[in-house]
Amino acid sequence: MDRTVTNSRSFANPLHAILLAFPVALYPAALLTDITYLNTAEIQWTNFSSWLIAGADLFAGLVLASALLAIFFGRARHAKGRGTLYLIVIAAMFGLGVLNAFQHARDGWHSVGTLGLMLSILCSILALIAAFIAYGTQTVEKRA
Amino acid sequence: MNRLAHLVLPLTIALAACQVGSDPDLDQTGDQPELPEQNDALVPAMEIPTPEGWGDELPIVPEGYTVSAIAQDLKIPRQTLVLPNGDILVAEGSGGKAPKLRPKDVIAGWIKKRGKSPVEGGDRLTLLRDEDGDGQTDLQTTFIEGLDAPYGLALVDGTLYVANQGNLVSFEYTEGATRIAGSGTEVTKLPAKINHHWTKAMTASPDGSKLYVGIGSNSNVGERGMDVEEDRAVIWEIDRETGASRIFASGIRNPTALAFDPWNEQLWAVVNERDELGPQLVPDYLTSVRDGAFYGWPYSYYGQNVDPRIKPARPDLVNKAVVPDYALGSHVAALGVDFTTDGGLGGRFAEGAFVGMHGSWNRADPSGYKVVFVPFRGGRPSGEPIDLLTGFLKDGHARGRPVGVTYDEARGVLYVADDVSNTVWRIAPRGAARRNSSGDTTQLPGDPRPPSTAPTTRKLRLVAPPETGMALACIGCAPLVQISNRTLNSLFGIE
Repeated sequence: MDRTVTNSRSFANPLHAILLAFPVALYPAALLTDITYLNTAEIQWTNFSSWLIAGADLFAGLVLASALLAIFFGRARHAKGRGTLYLIVIAAMFGLGVLNAFQHARDGWHSVGTLGLMLSILCSILALIAAFIAYGTQTVEKRA
Repeated sequence: MNRLAHLVLPLTIALAACQVGSDPDLDQTGDQPELPEQNDALVPAMEIPTPEGWGDELPIVPEGYTVSAIAQDLKIPRQTLVLPNGDILVAEGSGGKAPKLRPKDVIAGWIKKRGKSPVEGGDRLTLLRDEDGDGQTDLQTTFIEGLDAPYGLALVDGTLYVANQGNLVSFEYTEGATRIAGSGTEVTKLPAKINHHWTKAMTASPDGSKLYVGIGSNSNVGERGMDVEEDRAVIWEIDRETGASRIFASGIRNPTALAFDPWNEQLWAVVNERDELGPQLVPDYLTSVRDGAFYGWPYSYYGQNVDPRIKPARPDLVNKAVVPDYALGSHVAALGVDFTTDGGLGGRFAEGAFVGMHGSWNRADPSGYKVVFVPFRGGRPSGEPIDLLTGFLKDGHARGRPVGVTYDEARGVLYVADDVSNTVWRIAPRGAARRNSSGDTTQLPGDPRPPSTAPTTRKLRLVAPPETGMALACIGCAPLVQISNRTLNSLFGIE
């Protein structure tokens, strides 16, 4: 009778998980401050958005770098399909996030606008998808 | 990796997307400037010519004129004032303590700093004296110390007024003095909170009873909130005796120099208009300032051209916005103005206004970086501006940047403060029989000593990518932007 031992580990290592937590929190927070700005025209809300997006972008960049390393050398190489999807999601999140930072650098009412709102929504969705992949995937190693 | 490149490449292209270049055929000077469509690009067009020394070269003047440096090694000279005995005062300093509210402020501050002199502002007045009337400075000495970013200067009835960035102070002046001790008497506080635009330009009314002080806005277009714009983007009229002030004109974004014309004795201002609406918006202007007039900022520019970046909109104010008299060109950053009297510099420069242009950052093709002359007839601008002092830009570097201009009536010459080479330039008609303080009828151009070499730094260039990228990205952004702002506004109820 065969005895198979499976060793299950999470897709993202703890450090990676911590880095990803920032975009997951900050992009949706920026979306909320964007909406508040659009509702109030009170300038401080778009200032908040700018900093939230800047912080989210910084960590999104680190997440992306960490994911690139992981997919070739780390745990994610055991989950190639998911790994590639994950990489695409966070790369898009980072790219759109940087675009959104420039958008929010415009002055006054133009700092959010249709484009800024759309980008904040997209970044928030992508961050959540990334979280589902990273936190919801187990890599399974089989040992004979 | 390939896939990643496919994602990142269009994004980088999109970043500089939809940035239009300048149209050289657009006439942006005179009383009817051509105003293009607004272009609030994602990354504004930028070109910051970094400082470089003059070597043994000089700025360029037209045939028949000479230019020489009459003061060097100053600490950020801004405006000058000619005293009755011919001494020249130079206000030196750098103000502004605007906090950085957004990541953008940090980055933009860093970028713009590269176009400035690394010297720290002097917070003082320097006196220049030409004892023998040969057009060269024999005495250069500190006149008043311990000021706070002094800019506007005026002398009325033996009292010297200095507009610091936060207050207006007076000093008793006796003719021939080479130093005044003490901190003077405060006439009035001036609006100083944030001081995004810190310069306090000043001039005295011809009868000497009033002082006029230009107070710039606290933001580009209200992006620090309108609460901090109380008493900003205005010209104050200050009673010289009591220090009482009232708003003489408003909505005048950044009035950086003021002067009364000698013909109609009307107040004129050069004004720096807003940025980030494209390389050819909005033209800076020279205008006579009407009592009680509103010039549009931040709600509109050049009359009723609405700026959509400021909400809530104020159509009531836009309706009463006055159109300025004379456009000087977009982003030229006019920082100095003075009028000719009694024949001016002669020739084409006999009757009109001199305007010092500090130079642009918000366009890929730099503008300004020169001193121009706006001809006047009957007390009104008449004709295109004529270049008087050029050659500040060379190979993408700025060897100097003109600020204040002062016409010396007694000598028939013009002084130009330059806050990058830390020099005061003197422009005089060559060999012509001109008045000077010692009564000579001719003057020799002298042997102008070139200013000391400023540190050379690399040129910073941030320009639009080729059209292919722009087209791609514009197509990419179009669907997003097409959902019009009106939809958005109605959705969120902000008008």
